[in-house]
Amino acid sequence: MTDPAVPLLAVDDLRVRFRTEEGIVRAVDGVSLDLRAGEVLAIVGESGSGKSVTALTLMGLTRGPNTDIEGAARLHGEDLVSAPDDRLRRIRGAELAIVFQDPLSALNPVQRVGKQITEQILVHEDLDRDQARDRVLELLKRVGIPQAETRIDAFPHELSGGMRQRVMIAMALSCKPKVLIADEPTTALDVTIQAQILDLIRGLKDQTGLGVILVTHDLGVVAELADRVAVMYAGRIVEQGTVDELFDDPRHPYTWGLLGSITRVDRPRPARLPSIGGSPPSLTALGTACTFAPRCPHRFEACATEPPLADADPEHPGHPDRCALALDAKRALRVVAADGSIGLAAPEEATT
Amino acid sequence: MALAAPLYAEHVANTTPDKQNLTGTVVVDGEEVDIVTPDGIPVGPTWGSEYLLGADINGRDVAVRLLYAARNSMFIGLTGALITTLLAIVFGIVAGYYRGPVDWIISRAMDVLWAVPVLLLGVALGVALTLGGVRIGPLTLDAGSLWIPALIIGVVSVVYLARPLRGEILQLREQEFVEAARAQGASGPRIMFSELLPNVMSTVLVFFPLLFANAVLLEASLSFLGAGVQPPDASWGTMIDEGINVLITQPALTIAPGIMLVLCVLSLNVVGESVRKAIDPRARVMLEQ
Amino acid sequence: MGRFIIRRLVGMVIVLFAVSVIVFAIFNVIPNGAPENRMAGKQSTPQQIEAIRREWGFDKPITTQYVKMMEKLATGDLVSYQQQRNVFDEIKQGLPHTLSLAIGAAILWMAAGVALGVYSATRAGGKTDFAINVLALIGISVPVFWLGALVNYYLGYKLGWFPNGGYVEVAEGGLWQWAYHLFMPWTVLALLFIGVYSRVLRGTILETQNEDFVRTARAKGLSEKQVMRRHVLRTSMIPIITLWGLDFGIVIGGGAILTEAVFDLQGVGQYYAESVSQLDVPPVMAITILGAVFIVVLNTIVDILYAALDPRIRLS
Repeated sequence: MTDPAVPLLAVDDLRVRFRTEEGIVRAVDGVSLDLRAGEVLAIVGESGSGKSVTALTLMGLTRGPNTDIEGAARLHGEDLVSAPDDRLRRIRGAELAIVFQDPLSALNPVQRVGKQITEQILVHEDLDRDQARDRVLELLKRVGIPQAETRIDAFPHELSGGMRQRVMIAMALSCKPKVLIADEPTTALDVTIQAQILDLIRGLKDQTGLGVILVTHDLGVVAELADRVAVMYAGRIVEQGTVDELFDDPRHPYTWGLLGSITRVDRPRPARLPSIGGSPPSLTALGTACTFAPRCPHRFEACATEPPLADADPEHPGHPDRCALALDAKRALRVVAADGSIGLAAPEEATT
Repeated sequence: MALAAPLYAEHVANTTPDKQNLTGTVVVDGEEVDIVTPDGIPVGPTWGSEYLLGADINGRDVAVRLLYAARNSMFIGLTGALITTLLAIVFGIVAGYYRGPVDWIISRAMDVLWAVPVLLLGVALGVALTLGGVRIGPLTLDAGSLWIPALIIGVVSVVYLARPLRGEILQLREQEFVEAARAQGASGPRIMFSELLPNVMSTVLVFFPLLFANAVLLEASLSFLGAGVQPPDASWGTMIDEGINVLITQPALTIAPGIMLVLCVLSLNVVGESVRKAIDPRARVMLEQ
Repeated sequence: MGRFIIRRLVGMVIVLFAVSVIVFAIFNVIPNGAPENRMAGKQSTPQQIEAIRREWGFDKPITTQYVKMMEKLATGDLVSYQQQRNVFDEIKQGLPHTLSLAIGAAILWMAAGVALGVYSATRAGGKTDFAINVLALIGISVPVFWLGALVNYYLGYKLGWFPNGGYVEVAEGGLWQWAYHLFMPWTVLALLFIGVYSRVLRGTILETQNEDFVRTARAKGLSEKQVMRRHVLRTSMIPIITLWGLDFGIVIGGGAILTEAVFDLQGVGQYYAESVSQLDVPPVMAITILGAVFIVVLNTIVDILYAALDPRIRLS
């Protein structure tokens, strides 16, 4: 809210490893991100790409005896990774809040929604119950819940999916946080409701200068809401840039695959919906090779070592990626149809 | 939990068969009552010979009576559990399959059975049937017959298994393989016993050792209250009952049958636990986590 | 909710009617159940038996006998065959003893079960889990009368730490003597349940801790203690409380007989055991129905409580 150039949240080389019986899982492997006030930063990837773990780690929700967390995440200069549990508890819910994917399971089924929000306010602020309740009513109205006076005493199962997610958002905003993490906020909702929730988040962001980290696998949601995008694959960021850069000039083949697999209303629907072949690598056994190479039809010798996240076009910085292909080659290879649409050619087609 | 599971299993494997062999030997040696020396019986070393060679108030060999008691208790427990299982399978499946009035009648009967305290009902039945004897009866059961407590226990425990079975059948009958069987023209009883029964057998298997354990305990309780096995026949319950009367002078008479009883019920419960872990997919998932 | 309760009440009356018929039938229809033979004794003449039959109305049709008995049961005029004392007076005398035993034990096993369950769930794995499993297995495997007798013998008789059985009224010996005499029975009866309760609670807590709403609670900034108390425990207590109501009904409606007998508490259970061994139908009838009333009422309360605790249930 102060100087837009100074990041609100600066994530620096974040690494999260889980020690499991199958070995060490490198869920997040050197992620760096900046988030400015009033900005929506999307983290995009398949499930298992480490995007949700990144979000949960910022909240301190992945801490545990079998988790190693390294790196830093500075909120207003204060490191969340090294913060003691007590301090972190004071930050989360107050300065940093999260909205989860499935509001039905994320809300306590046996508590009235109003009470669940009040509880959060009372933990962080020195208010009495009536004041907190007034704040909750106001919040519920602000997130667009009709008849907030009666809904405040409803149980989660008595509300519709969209209403529940609005309650979650109201809860997240209850202590006026600086940063909102939205972890797949629309995935569990109907398509029509999705648009409403996205509008709501955009409106709230514009009003309050909230920084939003949007975790999603849905590029449609990204196009709708995000300012900048980080594409994650196997725990690493493989490409980062503004929404326009990413959609118009995608540099990493994985991004092409993601773009190719979204259905677009402005283009004729392909006969067979393209998708990325193969499945994400096991995070227990990662070598030095490009993690996407096994699924990539364009792989060549250089893929044996994964390049660092670097700008492919030094004249236009700020759009780095991790693919070893030359910029021209990328621009040629990503076009898979005569109409110029972008995608990842299916491996069998690439070999013939 | 995961670590303890094989421990249980080992324990189970050692205890239960021994117990069954033990009762087996008694049946054979039973004819030569007093000559039997109990030295060859595999029991824990801590027991020492004083308990085994002791005699009760009537000068009877406690060890021999214990073996007889074991046979009686096991007979009643096993028969009781079998009766419960058979009745529960029939009632549970019939109620679940036919639904409607048939289910209503069976379910209400189960409600009534559920409402009566098991022990009260067992004692009342036990006293009425056992002490009543055969003075009038064209009835085939003699007074003091072991079949009486077995039958009582079998009947009063039916609810424990019949209710879960009915619930399971209610879900199963909606599934496609039942539809398919019905479409092929299979009759009701045929569907119930060749399609539905095999599907609930795992539940029955899980419950059986627990019912068995419960029946042994219930027999002991009934006998303790004088409503189960009748003297001069011995059961662990009657022996404890007799023992408690002379507890202060000779505590061994109470302790010995109690330990036998506890070991037996414990191993049955452990077997039940292992079976449940082996069969119940939910429990297995929890183990693997 | 109102209709739900009325339906349950009607069901209750039907169940209790059926219970009374069954108990009556057990002692009257079953072979050799005729009470006059037992009342007259084994060496009795047919004339004696006939006299008793007429005096007690055993010569009337069985339905009339049943109706008569239920009338007496309802008006409280029921008299026992053997001692010929008013059944209700006897029950009234024994009931406080039984209730003292059952309520005290129920509180004890609930408190200990919750404490142990929470402890082992927060310190998952290791020795406490094992201890709880062993305790639970013992609880379902050890007959209460045997354990009671041994405890009574060793702690009461040999060591003299506790009184060797018996019941002391609060009015006579004061609160302390009352509790002192009940301590062993409470503990023994509670021991049967503690392990099972803590195991069930531990299981539900571990399951609940993985729920999304617990993660939400942490994300809200609650401390671990607050998360445990307000969210995890509150939800995890539901099955335990249900179990508690059912077990309490079972204990009070009969399970306490054995404990009462061993510790000589002169409660309703002991009265029942005596009456039943003398084939004394009226007290047996009254106590069985009383036990059934307790069980049915507690089942109903549990259902209502369950709906109150878990709002999702109210839908169906």
